[in-house]
This record gives sequence, structure tokens and C-alpha cells, in this order.
Amino acid sequence: MTSTVATEERGGQLPPQGARRPSFGRWGRAFLDAAREGNAVVVTILAIVVALFIGALLIAFSTPSVDPKWAHFFSDPGGAIVAAAKAVGNSYYALFQGCIVSPATISAYLAGKQPLYQIFYPLSETVVGATPLILASLAVTVSFRAGLFNIGAQGQIITGGLLGAWIGFGLNLPPGIHQIVCLVGGFVGGAIWGWLAGWLKARTGAHEVITTIMLNYIAINLLTYLLNTPWFQAPGSTYSISANVDQSAVLPHLFGPNLRLNAGIFVALLCALGCAWLLNRSTIGFEFKAVGLNPDAARTAGMSVAKVAILVMIISGGLAGLAGTAQILGTDFNVTPGLASELGFTAITVSLLGRLGVGGTVMAAFLFGALNAGGTLMQASTGTPVDVVTVIQAIIVMFIAAPPLVRTIFRLRGSREGGEGQMLSAGWGG
Amino acid sequence: MRLELRGITKRFGSLVANDHIDLTIEPGEIHALLGENGAGKTTLMNVLYGLTQPDEGQIVVDGEPVRFRTPGHAIRAGIGMVHQHFMLIPVFTVAENVMLGVERTKRLGFLDRRRARRDVQELSKRYGLAVDPDAVVEDLPVGVQQRVEIIKALLRQANVLILDEPTAVLTPQEIEDLFGVMRSLRDSGRSIVFITHKLKEVKAVADRITVIRRGRVVTTTTPAATEAELASLMVGRPVMLRVDKGPSRPGAPVLEVRDLRVLDDRGQTVVDGVTFGVRAGEIVAVAGVQGNGQTELTEAIMGLRPVAGGSIRVNGREMVGRSPREVLMAGVGYVPEDRQHDGLIVDFSVADNLILDMYHRPPFASGPSLRPRVVQESARQRSEEFDVRLTSIDDPASALSGGNQQKLVLARELSRPIQLFVAAQPTRGVDVGSTEFLHRRIVQQRDSGVAVLIVSSELDEVISLADRIAVMYRGRITGIVPPDTPREQIGLLMAGAGATGDGAVPPGRRPAASEGSVAVGEAEPTRRPR
Ligand SMILES: Nc1ncnc2c1ncn2[C@@H]1O[C@H](COP(=O)(O)OP(=O)(O)OP(=O)(O)O)[C@@H](O)[C@H]1O
Ligand SMILES: [Mg+2]
Repeated sequence: MTSTVATEERGGQLPPQGARRPSFGRWGRAFLDAAREGNAVVVTILAIVVALFIGALLIAFSTPSVDPKWAHFFSDPGGAIVAAAKAVGNSYYALFQGCIVSPATISAYLAGKQPLYQIFYPLSETVVGATPLILASLAVTVSFRAGLFNIGAQGQIITGGLLGAWIGFGLNLPPGIHQIVCLVGGFVGGAIWGWLAGWLKARTGAHEVITTIMLNYIAINLLTYLLNTPWFQAPGSTYSISANVDQSAVLPHLFGPNLRLNAGIFVALLCALGCAWLLNRSTIGFEFKAVGLNPDAARTAGMSVAKVAILVMIISGGLAGLAGTAQILGTDFNVTPGLASELGFTAITVSLLGRLGVGGTVMAAFLFGALNAGGTLMQASTGTPVDVVTVIQAIIVMFIAAPPLVRTIFRLRGSREGGEGQMLSAGWGG
Repeated sequence: MRLELRGITKRFGSLVANDHIDLTIEPGEIHALLGENGAGKTTLMNVLYGLTQPDEGQIVVDGEPVRFRTPGHAIRAGIGMVHQHFMLIPVFTVAENVMLGVERTKRLGFLDRRRARRDVQELSKRYGLAVDPDAVVEDLPVGVQQRVEIIKALLRQANVLILDEPTAVLTPQEIEDLFGVMRSLRDSGRSIVFITHKLKEVKAVADRITVIRRGRVVTTTTPAATEAELASLMVGRPVMLRVDKGPSRPGAPVLEVRDLRVLDDRGQTVVDGVTFGVRAGEIVAVAGVQGNGQTELTEAIMGLRPVAGGSIRVNGREMVGRSPREVLMAGVGYVPEDRQHDGLIVDFSVADNLILDMYHRPPFASGPSLRPRVVQESARQRSEEFDVRLTSIDDPASALSGGNQQKLVLARELSRPIQLFVAAQPTRGVDVGSTEFLHRRIVQQRDSGVAVLIVSSELDEVISLADRIAVMYRGRITGIVPPDTPREQIGLLMAGAGATGDGAVPPGRRPAASEGSVAVGEAEPTRRPR
């Protein structure tokens, strides 16, 4: 009875009994075994598949060209289904073209009609989208691992971005040094905002969820204020927009001016390496995790929970600040009211999707970067609203955050909950 | 209800936790399960309660084979369980906790709290389980929490009640009460599976005894067997039930506590002008019914609890106002009372738990980096040396059996250079064989010149380990006596006799206020279980 799922699943593909099991069957079995044990990777993949499926339903029922066909569903069911399948196929194909590669550009290049860079344009956009997301999500990952619910990445992105940008246009420094100073400034800008929440927690016990949300509002108003203040505003402008950062502060493009891909991705990946070391190999990370999982035992073992709270928020805020700065120095070049847009909140989603691991967070950020890049093209070329992408992202995370739900849907055998899930629920209590 | 387990086998990876176990629970009996730490008792009970699925074997209820996939199934079949580590929700009231999982609702889906309260009151009256249904669980002493767990099981009409080491956290009086409840349940035809490491308790209350060793049933016997017999059946070799130790050779004072006053979380004075000292090379044990300030005393020494007055010196250095880290670094080893709450991070690996208070210094760290290979190597040695039964040092500590978790804490604290060893309930949940080993290690520490302070609610442990016994009652030390003091006299001190204003009595002198004093009549609550 334990293998009902497996047998049903294999039933269609297997030759009648007696035949030797083909290697595919074995692979499928291993996959399902892993799934039934609640393997994290498998659950994540299943969640993505389910989300894409629900997204497909949304597209099928919302695309204007398919709509009238549903009205005639009973007289001509084939027509409706074909039209729906086509709409879904087109949309997802456009999504793919927007984030990975478009075959048309390859043939155009081979025919000599388009330059080479066009082929890599979608990939470049994916990476550009992923860059700030990696940094902001790492910020969330680090804090969540230490049991601190930093909801304030949004505000820290803004304060970091503001300071980084100001150094970018306000100071005169030689190229090379200028970028580094800007990035350091961006880190500091975010770190200060994070430190405030950490300090309040350590000092007064104020819950970081509350304080970081409040600090988000302050940061947003600070942003609006500065963008209407002469010394910050673009010279001679009446719009809420800052001056452009100096050329010496811009993060260099990696493959020429036509692709937006820039050195920011190296900053992000470097930070990821740093976080991996921090969380897995360093004594400070050991403290972070200990405090996150059991603050009482951590204190008994001589760790200072207050010190950890402050340090975590400084690092987390700093990473978020870097996210804002990398975006400004790499792609935006100036500060607008939409500096952080939704980045700080998407980061929470990405971090959860990455199961609060550094590697997972980076991969999830690339996935989201790709979905965003693809979604833009999808909307442009097929008219499918970009919101479908948002829905897909939301559904993925919903399933990840609720693994039991996925297990129930796929009748997976319940397994012990991971430590992280417990940590999440425990953290809200403290 | 007659319950049979047939050929139950449960594996965790390569480890066979239960190896074809056959066990029959007759209606109306108290059936004790004895076995070493990690023998597979909790695992077997988890199988019976539907918390884990056996790899082989069958559960038979009244002749009918059944299958429990969730505790829900087991509960419906009339099985109740009180876990080794409690599963109550601390911020809920007693009634709310009892109601969990069987929420009865009124119309419109409102919870029927009044009904839950009434149920609790009724049961607590019927079985003499005194609890207040409106009390919030986290405010209750563990003994009362235990009763809540039992009421919870009874309310679900349990015919078979599983008690997994229920007495480990209880005071002697609470244990007596519990036995009373167990007997009255048995007499009403229910059966009880009772797990404990205390052989006295088994002999006192069990009708039949099954001994498990390394996942297999060794034998089923009756309480007529002697403690020594039971112990050697469990461990597979003769066990010394008494500590073998020479006279102490006390040196310079290491710990000096003077006029210490400590408040609890509610601001009440729980340590009230305590003065005593521990010298190098001696073991001082603090005896007393739990809840008389012993916990707070150790926490204050460790810098975990603010001190309201007085002084604590370690090797002449004032420790009041210092952080736990500073106290630990001054050469103090510490075993907290509640291993899962304060002693371990159960989601951390065994290896990481073994460096929980040493991760930041050599050899485990070089600069800001951990040295995983050293950590692993040392973890392998430590767990071997202390006989911590495990499959892999990379498993989370939560995969260890309760007693092995306790050994893990001791292995950590006893394997670094210390001058003072402070341990609260050091062998709680540990089997007789390992207790023997741990006691020997503690005596070894003493003989190598470490000052040892033990807090234990078990008089046996206190008497066999201590060179001097300090008795605490209501936050005061009512006497400091040698270990050959008659138990009755220690019992009197534990009940407050001799609690004169100045607290401490010099070592070696019998307390003055024993005969004829008013307090003698109140000595009842400390009667030990037979
Ligand atoms: N989830 C798990 N994963 C891996 N091993 C486990 C798990 N649960 C228990 N074990 C192992 O199974 C064995 C039996 O454990 P169990 O908790 O049943 O012991 P026990 O008899 O209750 O011991 P104690 O007296 O210390 O409570 C132990 O070696 C333990 O490490
Ligand atoms: Mg157990």
C-alpha cells in the first residue's frame, strides 16, 4: 500500500509484467521515493510545476482571444480547448523567450540580420533582474536564520541606495575607488537602518517585525523628502528624481553597452559566498543559528542574544542596502521614488522559496529574475498580463511555505518537519 | 482492553531501534518497561501511539489486528500517551490545552470552553488530579503539567495509558500522588504502560515488568526481582548501584556564595540570604524538594539570572554582574536542569551541540572560522567516551533518545578544563548503567581538584555523591550536613526544620533544631516513595 502512487504513476509507461524495468522507471521511482520522503528539492520542483499549471489555467480563461470560444464550449469544445492550449503555449513560449533565449534571434544572427548580443539579451535581463534580488534575499535569509524577522529590507534598500547614490554623484573620486566607496556607503546606509531595529530589540525588546515595518515608512518618506530637496534633486529638475551618479561610479557593463549585464552580479555572488561562509563556517554564524533555533540554550552557552540581534540586523540591513546601491550603480543610475518598488517584499518570498539556505536563495532569485524578465516580454508580445507571473510566484511560495499541502496533493508520505519550518513558527512567538 | 504488539520492528537507517518486539498489555495492569537509554522504549510507544509507522509487525487490540497511522487512530482505539518531553501549549490555559484536538463547539462554531472546564474539574475530582482549569500552563510546576497531560488522555477515554518517564521531573510527593492515580486507574480496569529508569518505582507500582535491551525484549518478570537483578538485566552486566568513592581532600575555596538574594520572574524572593561554599576537591549537593530556589541559585551563579543582593565568588573573583560567557570562561562547567530548553539546540547536529559553549575558541575555531574537521573528530571521541548511542554525529540531537541527550550535555561540560562544575539534575532520564558511569566521572573530577556543586531532587543521588549536603527550603539553606546523616533528618530539613534566621549550619555539625521543634509535624510532604 505504500507504493500506490508509484504504481499508478508507472502504470502507463511500463511494459507488461515480466519485462525488465527500463532505466526510466527506476529514475521515476527514485524521484517518487524522494518526493514521498518530503525531499526539499522535489517538493520545490513539484510546487513550480503546480504553479505553472495554475498559471496556465489563468491564461486559458483570461486571454481575450480565447474568451468567446468558451461561450461555445458545448457546441464546439475542441475549438475552445485548442484555442486555450494555443494561448497558454504562446504565453509560456514568450515567457521562455524573454528570459532564456529566443530561437528567432539565433536564426536572424545566422542570417546576418541581427548582431550577436541579441541572442544573449534575455539571459542578460534575467541576471540583471536577479542581481538586486540576490542581495536583498540574502539579507532576509541571514536574519531569518537568526530567528529575526526582518521585514524591513524595503527600508534598508532605500537608505542604502540613498547613501550609495549620494556618494555616486556627490563625491569626486577616481573610477575603481568610486564604485567601491559607493558600495561601502550603500552597505553602511542599509546597516544603519538595520542596526536601529536590532538596537531597539536588544535594548527595549521591541519586536523587529513592528519596528522594521515602521522604519520602512520612515525610509519611504525620507526618500520622497530628499527627492524634493535641492541638493539631492537632479540640477534644474522639478521632478522627484536625483542627479545621475558620476560615470566613475557606474558598475561597468560586462559585455558591451547593449547588454545591461554589469559587474553588480559579481558583487551579489561574492556576497552570497560571504553569507555561505558566515552561516556555515564561521563562529558568528554558529551564534546566529543557535540564537535563531533556541535563544535560551544559546544564552546558557554564553552567547549574547542582544549582541547577536544587533549584529544580524547590521549585516542584514547592509546586504539590503547593497541591493539598492547595486541597482542604482548598475542599471538605474539615479534615484526615483520607485527605488525599491517591491524588492524588499519579493525578497522575503525568494528567501522562503530558497528554504533559507544561501544556495537556495541564489537559485530562487535567478528563478524570479527570469520570471520577471520573461513576464515583461510575455505581456508585450502576447498581451497576457504580467500579473500572471506574480500569481505564479505567489503560488510557488505558498506551496513551499506549506509543504504539507504539496504532500497531500501528491499523497506524499508525511515526514518530519524540517528545522527551518519549526524555526519560523517558533520565531513569531519570541 | 487487551493490547498486543507482535513482532514490531522499527529501523532508522542502519539502526534497528525495535527488533521484533512482542509485548502484551493485559487489562487492569501496570506494565513497566525497563531499558537502557536508547533501548527503544520511546520508539516502541510512538509506534503504539501511531506517531511512527513500524517497518514490520502488528498491533492487535482485543484480538483484532489494527493499524494506527496517526495518533488520532490510536486515540480512537482508546490509547493515551504522556510524552517524555511534554507537548502542551504554554500560553494556553489548562482547559484549552485539554480541549485541543477534541474541540467541542457550540452553534456557530464557538468553542465550548465552559464544557471543557467542567470536564477538567470532573476528572480531576474523580482521580484526585488537582488542577485549576483556568491556570495558564507555563505558570504551572511540571508536576501539575503532568497531571494536565494525564487528564488530556483520560478525557479522550484512554483505556491504555502510556506514561513515558513521567517521574523524571516530579518531586517525591508528586510521584506518590501519581502512583495513587495510577493505581486507581488500574483498579478501574484500565491498563498503564509505565516507563522509568528508577528501579524503586518499578518495584513500588508495577504488576509486570518487561526489560528491553538494544531493541529486543530480554525478559518479562515481576516486581519480586531485586533491583540488582533488574539493573543487570537492563544493562547486560552487573551494575554498582552505589557510588564508589574515597574520602574527599578539600583544598582552597573555589565557590563562595554570601548572603545571596535572587528574585524569580514575578519578583518574589526565591533565594533568600544563602551562604555556603564549595572547596576544590569536594562535592556539595543541594538537596530539597524542587521549587525551593535551587534552580534560581544555579542560574544566579551562572550569570543567567540577575542577583538582588549578596556576592558570588569563583576563585576569589566576584561573579555578580558578569555575563554567562564570563562565568563559563572563568572555568565553570554547567549542566542546566532542562536539557531541551537550555542545554541543547535539538535542531543542531550532535557535533555542533558538543561545542555549544566552546565553538569560539581553539581548537574548534581559528580566528573567525570554525574548524569542522576538528569539531567532527572531537565529537566522535566524546560520544564514544560517554557512550552516547547514536547513528551519526551529523544527526540532529532530536534524533537521540532522552537519556542520550542528557549524556550529550554532560559529555560537553565534562570534557573541557574546569575548576567548578555546577550541575542541576545531572542524571535526569539517564539509565542506571550510565548513571554509574556519570557519577564516576563526577567523582573523578572531584579527585582531580574540581569543586562540584550538584543540585538534585533525588535523595539517593545526593547521598551517594555528596561530601556535604546543603538542604534548601523556601529559598534558605536549612542545614549543611554530612552524607551519613540519617535520611529522616535530611527529610526534616527539607521540610523546613532548622530554618533559623542565619541559614547555614557549619559543616559536620548536626542541625540543632530537630527534636521537638514545631516544624517537625510538617515534615510529611518529603516522604520518599518506597
Ligand atoms: N527520528 C530518529 N532518527 C534517527 N534515530 C532515532 C530517531 N528516533 C530515535 N532514534 C534512535 O532510536 C534509538 C531508540 O530511541 P528511543 O528514544 O526509543 O530510546 P529510549 O529507550 O526511549 O531511551 P531513553 O531512556 O533515553 O529515553 C536511539 O538510539 C535513538 O538514537
Ligand atoms: Mg525515551
